[in-house]
Amino acid sequence: MSTLTKKPAPERAAGADRPGRAPGTRGPRLAPGRPRRFGKALGPVVLVALWSAGSAAGLIEPRLLSPPWTVVATAGDLIADGRLQGHLAASAQRALLGLVFGTAAGLLLAVAAGLSRIGEGLIDGPVQMKRALPSLALVPLLVLWFGIGETMKVVTVALAVFVPVYIHTHNGLRTIDSRYVELSETVRLSRRRFVRHVVLPGALPGFLLGMRFAVTAAWLALVVVEQVNATSGLGYMMELARTYGQTEIIIVGLVVYGLLGLLSDGLVRYTERRVLSWRRTLAN
Amino acid sequence: MATDTRELSAAGRGRAAVRIRGLERSFGPRKILDGLELDIAPGEFVALLGRSGSGKSTLLRALAGLDHDVTGKGVPDAPDDVSVVFQDARLLPWKPVLDNVVLGLDGPGARERGRAALAEVGLAERESAWPVELSGGEQQRVSLARSLVREPRLLLADEPFGALDALTRIRMHELLRKLCAAHRPAVLLVTHDVDEAIELADRVVVLEQGRLIADLPSVTDGPPRPGTPEHAALRGELLARLGLGAAAASKREEVLV
Repeated sequence: MSTLTKKPAPERAAGADRPGRAPGTRGPRLAPGRPRRFGKALGPVVLVALWSAGSAAGLIEPRLLSPPWTVVATAGDLIADGRLQGHLAASAQRALLGLVFGTAAGLLLAVAAGLSRIGEGLIDGPVQMKRALPSLALVPLLVLWFGIGETMKVVTVALAVFVPVYIHTHNGLRTIDSRYVELSETVRLSRRRFVRHVVLPGALPGFLLGMRFAVTAAWLALVVVEQVNATSGLGYMMELARTYGQTEIIIVGLVVYGLLGLLSDGLVRYTERRVLSWRRTLAN
Repeated sequence: MATDTRELSAAGRGRAAVRIRGLERSFGPRKILDGLELDIAPGEFVALLGRSGSGKSTLLRALAGLDHDVTGKGVPDAPDDVSVVFQDARLLPWKPVLDNVVLGLDGPGARERGRAALAEVGLAERESAWPVELSGGEQQRVSLARSLVREPRLLLADEPFGALDALTRIRMHELLRKLCAAHRPAVLLVTHDVDEAIELADRVVVLEQGRLIADLPSVTDGPPRPGTPEHAALRGELLARLGLGAAAASKREEVLV
């Protein structure tokens, strides 16, 4: 034991004197270190490699999971005859509209609940209840209310989006340092300016975190709603493929969903870096 | 009541910047301020000493209008244009330096005045930096600029240099003295540092159990001379009032020369 834990003193001294390592060539000891180029691609690449190897070796039954090359060929066909773009456009429109309305609603409710006790009493409880309801469970009701058209789909997405936006923005508002509130009082900020200069910027990190969950929630809600009742969109394309046993089309759909999720998250994170450049955190 | 609490004839007559009579503040069952009386003349620099828990901050918060969560009697008669310098610089991290300085100011000339104030504290070239990019002393200078740009009649400072290192603190003392000479606000400086109080203030008051137990003019005509007998006597007197014996008074580091 003691021989393992006790480092011989001379060796240590020699290490301290060792010349050579220029400053900055070694990352910090506790923070995760400098970002690597294409580091984010590592996980997906490994996944695809395993999938290819399994298919080539015959370990994966093609009827259950088509090999990557079939999926790529199918994607090419779907793009060539324009079906993929058509479905993607339909889905993207629903996702975007739902995102816009849901974000607006979540933001407004969070500010109302964050700035007044009455607002909080009115809003917070129902939102927390909504949070416990899966989108799928609401679809039958929404179909009754809004029919089976686009409105129902956009509303479903918006309902899925507003919850994370509300939760994280509200939390951001609630955790604004009271010292800043005190400061605002001593410089006699009006309520409007207090909201504009202190509350909203202070809640921005929370809001953007909420947005990261929200974009993913938007695509997830879309899958549900398009598989239930639709004649266009990625979910519909996959549902149709399921009836005909076209595994490769299902996988194309899944891959597109995955890419869309990754892309939207990347967009929000890019915005985060631009907008929150005043912060110094572990990540940078 | 303490013997040296003199009748503040000069400040008490006419239009004092601050006039406090019979101020009481309690925090739950505990009385923090108990019939406190204090006047500050326009342009006068008063340092408030006291042990921790003596009610220094409570008094300052009462003057700043920040005492929402306490009960008590009496409202201090203080001007509307009060400005506070906190112990932490309290800059909004999401606003660049200049926007912090002019926070809440109106009018087309606001940014120009903000720039002038930044120049006064020697930070003209940092106006677009983020607060996290500044050192502790620089942040506190920005916070001074934020206070001074409002041209307050009363400047309240709550241990503004308490978190700074000794060298920076000496520089900040010089800066604060210069700024106060230029702008002439009445100042109430809360501090636990006897030497800081003597060096900066025209008058030093000591708070103990919710009342002022000493009110002494600082010996200075212009910059104080540490080492003179008057300085030593005042210092000893103040330390004794704070409950420290003569032994502590003699153990002085000669940092301020």
